[in-house]
Amino acid sequence: MAEVTMPKMSDTMEEGTVVRWIKHEGDTVDKGQIIAEIETDKANVEMEAFEQGVISKILVHEGEAVPVGQPIAVIETAGAAVHPEAQAVIPEAPAPAQPEAPEEVPQEPPAEAAVPEEERIMASPLARRMAEERGIDLSKIHGTGPNGRITETDIEDFLKAEKKEEAPTPPRPAEEAAPIPAEAEEQELSRMRKTIAERMAKSKQTIPHFYVTADVAMDWAARTREELNAHEDQVKISFTDMIIKAAALALKEFPQVNSSFHENKLLMHKNINVGLAVALPDGLVAPVVHNADSMPLRQIAAETKELAKRARENTLTTTDYTGGTFTISNLGMFDVEEFAAIINPPESASIAVGTIRDMPVVEDDAITISKRMKMTISADHRVLDGAVAAQFLNKVKSCLESPTNLL
Amino acid sequence: MAANITYREALNQALREELQNNPDVFIIGEEVAQYGGAYKVTEGLYKEFGPERVVDTPISEEGIAGCGIGAAMLGLRPVVEMMTVNFTLLAMDQIVNNAAKLRYMSGGQFQIPAVIRTPQSLGLQLGAQHSQSLEAWYAHVPGLKVIAPATPADAKGLLKSSIRDNNPIIFLENEMLYGTKGEVPEGELFIPIGKADVKRQGKDITLISYSMMLIQAMKAADTLAKEGIDVEVLDLRTLRPLDAESILASVKKTHKAVIAEADWKSCGMGAEVTSIILSGAFDYLDAPVVRVALAEVPMPYSKPLEKAAIPTADDIAAAVRKIMGKG
Repeated sequence: MAEVTMPKMSDTMEEGTVVRWIKHEGDTVDKGQIIAEIETDKANVEMEAFEQGVISKILVHEGEAVPVGQPIAVIETAGAAVHPEAQAVIPEAPAPAQPEAPEEVPQEPPAEAAVPEEERIMASPLARRMAEERGIDLSKIHGTGPNGRITETDIEDFLKAEKKEEAPTPPRPAEEAAPIPAEAEEQELSRMRKTIAERMAKSKQTIPHFYVTADVAMDWAARTREELNAHEDQVKISFTDMIIKAAALALKEFPQVNSSFHENKLLMHKNINVGLAVALPDGLVAPVVHNADSMPLRQIAAETKELAKRARENTLTTTDYTGGTFTISNLGMFDVEEFAAIINPPESASIAVGTIRDMPVVEDDAITISKRMKMTISADHRVLDGAVAAQFLNKVKSCLESPTNLL
Repeated sequence: MAANITYREALNQALREELQNNPDVFIIGEEVAQYGGAYKVTEGLYKEFGPERVVDTPISEEGIAGCGIGAAMLGLRPVVEMMTVNFTLLAMDQIVNNAAKLRYMSGGQFQIPAVIRTPQSLGLQLGAQHSQSLEAWYAHVPGLKVIAPATPADAKGLLKSSIRDNNPIIFLENEMLYGTKGEVPEGELFIPIGKADVKRQGKDITLISYSMMLIQAMKAADTLAKEGIDVEVLDLRTLRPLDAESILASVKKTHKAVIAEADWKSCGMGAEVTSIILSGAFDYLDAPVVRVALAEVPMPYSKPLEKAAIPTADDIAAAVRKIMGKG
């Protein structure tokens, strides 16, 4: 028996849709024969059989999309025993009193080709359905029910064990995991929500995040900003603009933070492009300030205003939101003390900024009031270690605490 | 407001209310009038409504049924009492060939709004001829509706709905249940025909039952709860038409089912329910559907043998444990 899986037909292909089955259950196929037409993210491609035999089961209907690597059909190769589930669906399947080989499958009965009866896997209808839906091979499961029957519990136990053993698997849609409670109303995801869901889940599942938080004295930064914004006719500078500039300067000093983990290699980016998370009614985007390190603060301010405006008007161009090497997320306007962000792949770090608040602090053995802001770096541990992340964070901090650096 | 009354009193209330509600309603049967019914279900009604509304008959089941059916054809709404289900066998031709078929064969010119009330019983040492359950016989016939309530509230609500239904109804009571008490809401109470009722919510297994066996099923569920098995008990209440929707909804939730019935297993009610489950919820089943039913023998007179032939709460619990893999 050979499983036919959804092939990866392009570098970026993550799932494919079966447009049409050219061969059907019960058809004999030769190696290299076209069996189906697959739609990838780029084109419709014909798919060849890699084995010779009889298609005993088609697992994916036409029009259905499945992830790369998921079984979509089963080919009974010559010489193999008949797949127990397949018997019901192939009209030509053998069920004679005298074991006769079916016409299409030339075979000399090998020793291990046992009588199908003995190979029948005992499983409840529910267990069979669960296994089929999740692509589980029932022969791998030990049945603990009466007569050694595989039941719901056995499938659940198997799935639990599999989860523990395996490396992060691609996320399954939530609706598959749990039944919908009666009081809940189902809503379609917007495209943006879908993208956020996919990207964030993938980030959290594949990137080992760690977090370091620093407390920044923003007194001087606040005074500087006030002075810089005294002139009415110039673009107002926000704290976020100052943080972007500070981060850009720190990235220049710590190039490893300005990098991406890529197929067990490190991509060191020459450009310092700082993304800025902008909240929208149904999600968020992170437009990018390109080459922020070489941009004067005032120009960064002009740039972020323009980007935020276009984000809200939904007129961002591809260049506006791609190419980021680092992201800043500021929830200061919402009165939060601190938070941690999810890294925006393929970047390797992100800074999350809380609200600036007046706090009592100890300075020169006396308690004074200071404007404090907490910021937390989320870092990819495959790329960065705690010490580097801490040093980088301290560089951002010192730039903000001595804001003449930013000018 | 609800009153705690017996199954017998609940039926009596239903009859009284319907006699008051509609002058076309009348009761006919052996001993129903002056004696108040062999099981005292019609007690007091003769006195209250007189000999035209509560009619005593000779011992002639075919004649009683025929009178009722004929009256129904001409627009009255008879409630026929058969002393026990065993005697309905004598009226089989009237019930199966006339009551069930006349509406169909007359192209709807006649309808038969007749209720045939009769108790079944088991376990009272009444011998093989007076200890049997014949619900499946009647539930087999298109044109009949078959009701078998287990609680006083269901008995009252279903009897009132039956009297107002325009089709012939076999209303199966039970001698063992007449004295049982339960809460019955005061005032008008109608329970829809063809609707099963979840008598106990559970998630592990569905126990399907009706009439006297429901009481045993509830006891079994109590015992099993202490062992950590969360049983859902579904009371069919109406045996024809069966409430496939409720049966399937429950089994799809629990993935397992046991049917407890007080009739013989072969071609019994459980066979029909099993078929509904297999065709409607096959892919949801995690275990075979199991039936707990009477021993396949004429009911023994001997007390220990009779006891052995009738399923108990323990038998039901054992069947549940077995398919839960805990027996």
